[in-house]
Amino acid sequence: MNRLQSASDLEKLRKQILSKRDPKKPCIVICSGTGCIASGCEKVSVAFQEELEKQKLMDKVDIRTGGCPGFCERGPIVVVQPEGIFYQLVEAKDVAEIITETVLKKKVIDRLLFTDPQTGKKIVLEKEVPFYKKQKRILMDSNSLIDPAKIEDYLAIGGYSALAKALFEMKPEEVIDSIKRSGLRGRGGAGFPTGTKWEICHKAKGDLKYVICNADEGDPGAFANRGLLEGNPHSILEGMLIGAYAIGSSEGFVYVRHEYPLAVKNVKIAIDQMRELGLLGKGILGSKFNFDIKVVQGAGAFICGEETALMASIEGKKGEPRQRPPFPADRGVWGKPTNINNVETWANVPLIVNNGAEWFANIGTAKSKGTKIFSLVGKINNTGLVEVPLGMPLKEMIYDIGGGIPKGKKLKSVQCGGPSGGCIPADSISVPIDYEALKELGAMMGSGGMIVMDEDTCMVDTAKYFSKFLLDESCGKCMTCREGLERLLEITTDITEGKGKMEDLQTLAELGSLVKEASMCGLGQTAPNPVLTTLRYFRPEYEAHIKGSCPAKVCKALISYHIDPERCTACGLCMKNCPADAITGKKGMVHIIDQGKCIKCDTCYDVCPEKFDAVRKISGEPAPRAVPQGTPIKKREAKQ
Amino acid sequence: MIKLRIDDMDVQAEEGWTILDAASFYGIDIPTLCHLDGLTPYGACRLCIVEIGEGKNAKLVSSCTYPVYEGLKVRTHSKKVMGARKLIIELMVARCPNSKTIQDLASKYGLQKVRFKLKDEECVLCGLCVRMCKEQMMSGAIDFVGHGKDRRITTAFDEKSDLCRTCGGCMFICPICELRCQGPNPPGALCGSCMNMSSTCLDHYDDAQCFMVESGCGTCVREDAKEKPKEKT
Repeated sequence: MNRLQSASDLEKLRKQILSKRDPKKPCIVICSGTGCIASGCEKVSVAFQEELEKQKLMDKVDIRTGGCPGFCERGPIVVVQPEGIFYQLVEAKDVAEIITETVLKKKVIDRLLFTDPQTGKKIVLEKEVPFYKKQKRILMDSNSLIDPAKIEDYLAIGGYSALAKALFEMKPEEVIDSIKRSGLRGRGGAGFPTGTKWEICHKAKGDLKYVICNADEGDPGAFANRGLLEGNPHSILEGMLIGAYAIGSSEGFVYVRHEYPLAVKNVKIAIDQMRELGLLGKGILGSKFNFDIKVVQGAGAFICGEETALMASIEGKKGEPRQRPPFPADRGVWGKPTNINNVETWANVPLIVNNGAEWFANIGTAKSKGTKIFSLVGKINNTGLVEVPLGMPLKEMIYDIGGGIPKGKKLKSVQCGGPSGGCIPADSISVPIDYEALKELGAMMGSGGMIVMDEDTCMVDTAKYFSKFLLDESCGKCMTCREGLERLLEITTDITEGKGKMEDLQTLAELGSLVKEASMCGLGQTAPNPVLTTLRYFRPEYEAHIKGSCPAKVCKALISYHIDPERCTACGLCMKNCPADAITGKKGMVHIIDQGKCIKCDTCYDVCPEKFDAVRKISGEPAPRAVPQGTPIKKREAKQ
Repeated sequence: MIKLRIDDMDVQAEEGWTILDAASFYGIDIPTLCHLDGLTPYGACRLCIVEIGEGKNAKLVSSCTYPVYEGLKVRTHSKKVMGARKLIIELMVARCPNSKTIQDLASKYGLQKVRFKLKDEECVLCGLCVRMCKEQMMSGAIDFVGHGKDRRITTAFDEKSDLCRTCGGCMFICPICELRCQGPNPPGALCGSCMNMSSTCLDHYDDAQCFMVESGCGTCVREDAKEKPKEKT
């Protein structure tokens, strides 16, 4: 392809691409996001390729390996266009049938359709699936419309038109003003107004300025940025170009985790394609604007998602935060003014430039505009990425989009905002979700991780788990974060082991607020959130632990297992599976757990068939005395 | 000159000063551990935190790294600051109970009880030695390795460094690796005697402090030894 010399060149190329495409031509879209790759979509797409070759349909049917549409729970997902027929859990053996039945004969295969768990109805079309129906997918929608490795696909859906508009119709100040009016706020968690951030950097003095895309998404259970980077890298890069033009920057970095190989690959491909087309380099689209982007891979440290640590890492130093001010907008990478935004923030920029600030400001709440992608994970039926307008209550997200809690269990809490987010209790889930509301609840927007927990989750154990994660990932530079977190972990561990004291709760609260207020960087300032919020909303659970019982029956030191002699049928499953040989029993005799040998691994509880339900977890009281060896099982009355 | 308010006083500071610089210029005492004139501010010990801003926007920042600006309002000894500082000292004592510097800080701030399990670390990771070695001795033989609670200071690959000239700058500057107080209290106890000037054994030694007397056993805190001096008097 030739370098584009002007905006009209770009439009010409777009028309050329579109003229070659027939919207009525059948196209099989296979999700190739990481979620679906894990469920085996690569085999499915190879099978489609082979099958089409076998049936000599290569010219008549297109295949597209698109980005993640978000419904990871049901992957691999295949959508047959132009009708938009939605097939889920597709395997290689279904491929031939999809081609002969659906693509050629336009017949729907019932068995591959999605069944709505609430109504029991089969759903044919993608747009009718309840998971998608309530979402507002301004960012995620394009993921399934394009192949992330093809710039032509992105151009075909109007790609880089926002860049052309900004370059030739707007002054940098106008772009900044437009972003300011849109009300876009940083999607990395803190929610700083993006337009204001750009303005500060625009006004900062410096011959060389940098823009950075923060794609170091390290939160366990969060993959929203990953979905965007893998599915539509061009939208992010276009946003960066517009931002760089507005700020007056000529160099950019995409700082992406090494653990996201597909994202790294797709971004690199995208950058190469842009360079070929003259969308990067000197004189972009024939204007005076020069810009280039480098990809920097993070080496796995969670702390490098913090902006000052990230910049130290780009400079080749150890990823350690420093105290702000000076802020990056004044002194960033190598002391130059730097503007750093999250992946999702950048992806919103082209949409705002194209559709206008007012369009964007119309979505969301008074102070939080636009949509946000959340990673809905944990004890939820429809795991995946959901994009909703800000201000949607959690309840709708969990029950209408997420399809509720599996096995009919009760919702207990939602941990929002990654490991250092807070645990929102089940009775607060009708609160509309925006930056302020989450802060009020003690949680935060963070990277949009949303971990749903049911009644079988112990909140003290959860607080302990996240404190451990954050202590491991803390850089250890500042005293309060390193020592404070270690002590928080020490105290919560004591509590889960039944060694806690009532005074410990006061110490936890004091220490938590110290770490929150006195730490140097964002990690430390948010790290005690799990402890503080669980202490705020689930204090009785802490007290129960101190008194010797774990209400959710999770903490090993506080529970014991017991086989109910009334229900045991001597099937021997528990005995066979017990890794500690703690269960004795014979045919026809009640099985007995030796409490001294039991390692509380939960295996017997898991394997005991549901219809017998003989293994009990007991907490807060000693296990009942075991029946004497050789007690015969109780004969069950035949049900009539 | 930059005009700002520290502890409700109008003060002036020069461009480029930190809050700590300005406060010390006016003789306001802010405790520090990881700060030393001549070394780059590091902001790791958090001891020098002060409160800036008002109402909802009030926050704690480390004064050794925070630059002054026009109209800044600083409180160096507010309730919030003192509470936080005391807890930070408590964490420090729990980590390095045998450092005299930290023990002195503890008694200065009236710390009476340590609620955490005592460790016996010989380093509080203030990084003074690292900066001393790098910035003043131009050597850079030691640095931090590891992160989280595994963070420690060592030479590269834990081997003897060719860069080290055994100048001893690191040991000279260290607030922790000093001889433990030889007073009568068991290691790790909060004593505070040297700071509040109370005699250690008033009941038994009238004319001299116990450790000055030859017979001073230095074990008066031990129940079983309490009887001993009495026999002699």
